Amino acid sequence: MAIEVKIPTILRTYTAGEKAVSAEGKTLSALIDDLEANHSGIKERLIDNGDLRRFVNVYINDEDVRFIGGLDAELKDGDQVVVLPAVAGGC
Amino acid sequence: MLTIDQATYDAIVAHAKRDHPDEACGIVAGPEGSDRPERFIEMINAAGSPTFYEFDSTDLLQLYKEMDANDEEPVVVYHSHTATEAYPSRTDIGLAMEPNAHYVLVSTREHGPDAGPVEFRSYRIVDGNVTEEEISIVATLS
Repeated sequence: MAIEVKIPTILRTYTAGEKAVSAEGKTLSALIDDLEANHSGIKERLIDNGDLRRFVNVYINDEDVRFIGGLDAELKDGDQVVVLPAVAGGC
Repeated sequence: MLTIDQATYDAIVAHAKRDHPDEACGIVAGPEGSDRPERFIEMINAAGSPTFYEFDSTDLLQLYKEMDANDEEPVVVYHSHTATEAYPSRTDIGLAMEPNAHYVLVSTREHGPDAGPVEFRSYRIVDGNVTEEEISIVATLS
């Protein structure tokens, strides 16, 4: 089971510069653990206190995972996952 | 240094004035690695706030897919401050996630939506370090 995960510029230090990597998992949570196993340090950039970081967006097949179960969102072979940091700020 | 053409500069300022007193935001995309801000893209501030901005998550995905398909990257990420100076706030610095981008800040605090000059400044924000840079406004990008 392989799922393509697109990695944003800021996190490519963990993937040796790769824009996309392959990972496995039946849920987003499992997928992130699998990413961590191969790209140590990346998990902490995605998860804080057991939940997705507020300013990191993750999409499964173009759906924001916040609307489809968050870390429990289910994955299947061939799904495409995109990670994008929010573009945000405030005075 | 940020080199930007007059029309793009004017478009950013016009957007900031139009959305005042809310913060306006957007990007200028360009070919990857070119450092050329070529394609102005106004974004909606999903926060609709005078003190915060955030791209809507669906718009954000659409934007990045489009840039990916065009081999583009965000060369400029801009937003406005409507009551404070054109300098990155602590929040701006903490959330700056595009190490290759020029972060442009426009302040409309002086004239709001009305005619009159704005503060227009540009920064690099990498790993929490802010470096202001010069801006060169040209008639057209050479």
